[in-house]
Amino acid sequence: MGMTLAEKILAAHAGLEEVHPGQFVEVAVDVVLSNDITAPIAIREFERLGVERVFDPQRVVMVADHFAPNKDIKSAAQCLQVRQFARAQGLPHHFDVGRMGIEHVLLPEQGLVLPGDVVVGADSHTCTYGALGAFATGMGSTDIAVAMATGRVWMRVPETMRIIYHGELQPWVGGKDLILYTIGRIGVSGALYQAMEFAGPTVGGLSMADRFTMANMAIEAGAKAGLFAVDEVTRAYVDGRATRSYRVYQADADAACAQVIEIDVSQIEPQVAFPHLPENTRPVSQANGLPIDQVVIGSCTNGRLEDLRVAAQVLRGRRVHPDVRCIIIPGSQQVYLDALREGLVEVFIEAGAAVSTPTCGPCLGGHMGVLAAGERAVSTTNRNFRGRMGHPESEVYLAGPAVAAASAVAGRIAHPCDL
Amino acid sequence: MTIEGVVWKYGDNVDTDVIIPARYLNVSTAEELARHCMEDIDPGFAGAVQPGDVVVAGENFGCGSSREHAPLALKGAGVSCVVARSFARIFYRNAINVGLPILECPAAVEGIESGHRLGIDLEAGRIRNLTTGQVYQAEPYPPFMMAIIEAGGLVPYTRRRLEVENAKREA
Ligand code: SF4
Repeated sequence: MGMTLAEKILAAHAGLEEVHPGQFVEVAVDVVLSNDITAPIAIREFERLGVERVFDPQRVVMVADHFAPNKDIKSAAQCLQVRQFARAQGLPHHFDVGRMGIEHVLLPEQGLVLPGDVVVGADSHTCTYGALGAFATGMGSTDIAVAMATGRVWMRVPETMRIIYHGELQPWVGGKDLILYTIGRIGVSGALYQAMEFAGPTVGGLSMADRFTMANMAIEAGAKAGLFAVDEVTRAYVDGRATRSYRVYQADADAACAQVIEIDVSQIEPQVAFPHLPENTRPVSQANGLPIDQVVIGSCTNGRLEDLRVAAQVLRGRRVHPDVRCIIIPGSQQVYLDALREGLVEVFIEAGAAVSTPTCGPCLGGHMGVLAAGERAVSTTNRNFRGRMGHPESEVYLAGPAVAAASAVAGRIAHPCDL
Repeated sequence: MTIEGVVWKYGDNVDTDVIIPARYLNVSTAEELARHCMEDIDPGFAGAVQPGDVVVAGENFGCGSSREHAPLALKGAGVSCVVARSFARIFYRNAINVGLPILECPAAVEGIESGHRLGIDLEAGRIRNLTTGQVYQAEPYPPFMMAIIEAGGLVPYTRRRLEVENAKREA
């Protein structure tokens, strides 16, 4: 019996010929990640392990992105703790304010995560790197502490759910709409414990940015990982960035999947996920034009240059609605600089939007756009749980950058074609 | 190990953002986190939960963020065990790693309501509803995970393994 992409990568990293779903394996990891919120606990547990040094300083990455630039004194103390640990351990890939980005935008961009890697991160959206054909998964801080110490981690080999997309995309439909639609169909625990494998003819035509967006939200269906096979698009992205060599794995033709789902994308409109779960999706035409107070465009889901280009296409020559605060956050310093050079930042500011240095900020209700009771936001982020962006009585509607930007102009949830 | 406590029951998809809202993640000790545990779904919880109490919930408990602060907050609040229909996978790992007992048992979730008193034998995976007299059997832990639980969590488990490896290397 053949193996799926996930099984191939895990078998190779476990030093085994073959693995099968349900099996517990210990795998060698290529990259171990944590951030300003999860690293403090990981460091505490690392110290309890009684180990002096991390297994390989090149492969331990820490990013201050959630509450950075420091939102308050306690966050400052957390960032300081991470900074001190990174210095003491001599970690070359500790990213601080002014040189950073939201971790899942930053690591691929810097060529630190590569096809065929096993990546573990103390952040649930570590699954983003599956877009590169890596097996990447989120864990808690204690698991990450052990991975930092030993370079190894235990895993249960997941079943694979293959999702096959075919058909032509409608205008203004992107990776975000495809993944929201998919989660709407299978539900927030539809892929619990499984690896999602995104496949089919439509996928080949998707940009890396779209693929990152889709893999990013695999966790929102309960999945352990979300993977794409490596193709020319992947290679074009990786070559020139890769900081080391990598290996490409391919699924066997006869690999067994727990589930196969087929989706005809030609019928899919831009999607909106209603509060308070990412599975509450509706086509934008059925979003009832609810009035909104805030729009956030950014995050590890949709904070890449391609996303900002889509937003700028909608906002160019238009004005943000007087009742709306529109906050645009490039996902990394590089994205910010590129957006500036392309004139996108000018478009945003002329439209009446706020543009900020990279940070997770409002995505998790941290800072830079926290909502009051009763406020409603359209956001390109990935979670609309109760209280996610602020007060428990506030509401978050998830969408792609096109609908978010159009909604900022209209003052209500809108399709770009409605403007 | 036997646990006895009163039930706090919730629905499906209780996410880590309601178990401990992100706005409180600028601290990381169980005691500090416990003060805000479940605040956005049940503001009365943190003030009233008693040591030994049990959280019972539906599907996909602990979905969302990977924050280990979630099981820590529950543990800090005095929760002795979480019984659910199913758990989100990162929460499952985290709970085992930090030593918060969890049991998967759909039948128990069906028959248990808020305010019931439970007696739980963790090793046997037996859940006794002391209010109704019903007894339920939870899914057993995979042997691999049982080893981590028996060691007292992932850190002591790994410490011991590293000591054995180092001893071998020196021998
Ligand atoms: S942008 Fe949001 S989802 Fe992404 S890493 Fe930051 S907080 Fe998490």
